[in-house]
Amino acid sequence: MNLTVREALLAFRRAPLLSALSVTTIAFSLFVVGLFGLVAVNLQDALRSVAERVEIVAYVLPGTPIETITLAEKDIEAFPEVQAAAYVSEDSALARARAELVEFRDVLQELERNPLPASVEVKLKPGFRDADHVNEVADRLRGFGFVDDVRFGRDWVEKLDRLRQIAAAVGLVVGAAFAVVAIIIIGTTIRMAVLQRSREIAIMRLVGATDGFIRRPFLLQGAIKGLLGGLVAMGLAFGAYTLINRLLIHAAFFSREQALAIIAFGTLIGLAGSAASVGRHLRRV
Amino acid sequence: MIKFTNVFKAFPKGGLALKDVSFHIAKGEFVFLTGHSGAGKSTVLKLIFAEEPVTSGEVRVSGFNAAELRRRDVPMLRRRLGIVFQDFRLLEDRTAEENVAFALEVTGARRSAIPARVMRVLTQVGLAAKAQAYPRELSGGEQQRVAIARALVNEPTVLLADEPTGNLDERATRGVFQLLRDINASGTAVVMATHDLDLVRQAPYRVIELQEGALVYDSVVDEPRDRAVSP
Repeated sequence: MNLTVREALLAFRRAPLLSALSVTTIAFSLFVVGLFGLVAVNLQDALRSVAERVEIVAYVLPGTPIETITLAEKDIEAFPEVQAAAYVSEDSALARARAELVEFRDVLQELERNPLPASVEVKLKPGFRDADHVNEVADRLRGFGFVDDVRFGRDWVEKLDRLRQIAAAVGLVVGAAFAVVAIIIIGTTIRMAVLQRSREIAIMRLVGATDGFIRRPFLLQGAIKGLLGGLVAMGLAFGAYTLINRLLIHAAFFSREQALAIIAFGTLIGLAGSAASVGRHLRRV
Repeated sequence: MIKFTNVFKAFPKGGLALKDVSFHIAKGEFVFLTGHSGAGKSTVLKLIFAEEPVTSGEVRVSGFNAAELRRRDVPMLRRRLGIVFQDFRLLEDRTAEENVAFALEVTGARRSAIPARVMRVLTQVGLAAKAQAYPRELSGGEQQRVAIARALVNEPTVLLADEPTGNLDERATRGVFQLLRDINASGTAVVMATHDLDLVRQAPYRVIELQEGALVYDSVVDEPRDRAVSP
């Protein structure tokens, strides 16, 4: 077996308690980060499903020939922001109103003339469902000669924007704070492992080991601890998720990529923490 | 092979540890470094194995110039030296054999050659039978023999020993000293710091004496004198 690998694994066997403690500490630090991540992921999902309802309706002047509208529909769909544009004729608008507005069924039934205008309903692509883009597209729609009026829930879209900004800011600040705390705790744990073996490091230097040789097993060991910690954290997060799902609300779990990212984050902190600790130790002796 | 020229060593908080020390140790020599504790014996050894930087003057050790030594050169220098301490400095969780093998492994020796080389030095120090023992299962003298085996396994040109018998009883002291003499007889230079004047008197080797950081006596330069001068 490679010497680096052997020394790294030996360290687990020689100091099982400290190693277990490191892995547990890393696991719980990452677990907290993970829990916060779960909240963020679910909040984002919720916001996204709300944002799906962002829609712009362009009402068409009465008597506009259907060919004109069909042609314009193509143009509108070619807008970079637009996902789909659908023509709703006067008749189908009325049919929909009859189906949806049950309270007014009688009134609608007795109409002699259809008062509802035809319209083009425009849905935006996911990245463009915010006030700025909605306004822009609405303005462009107003430019079509046959368009009478353009409506979208301006207040509603602006509130959604605000909500998204708050969520992003809170997510960034709190997430970064959690990550920093995790990095500090994990770094301290790994530093303990290095200090515990300072005698061994001194002897290695005495018999002519290079810094790189001394460093390598620690780096590997740190990465393994981070990896194990990340896996345990993901297990804990999944347990918490299952519990919440059963007892409280229906929530979403991490995607595979997100889960792997958290485990990779743990591995990286383990590696970087070890590199920093050993480096600092070696520079001092 | 080891050459000190007008060497000064100051510690940030401790004042001058060495004052204008000059000497030259040739290949295969056996040299006692004597003096009271705090006289600078350990400092001389630390300058030799580049544990401490020189403040001024020149230290040359087997082709290396301490002043020009970069950090990454230090391991290369140490691989040419064997170093033994009063407190043995063995790894408690490894057997005698593993402690010695460790010194070969860290220098990247060929894996297949390690067991034979380890057994050879353990035999040389008289501990072949205890290769599988852990340091706590060995006496002080035996632990020091393991440390000497570890120092020898890389076939150094110089063996540095800082009070190697300081923690040993009389019988173990005699044994370890005899071992160092045998090692010297086979061609390795030995620099031994000690304040055990009985040992110094027993052997006809060169004596360098330090007092408060200054070299006050060198038996190859100065007139022979009663070695009982310093207690």
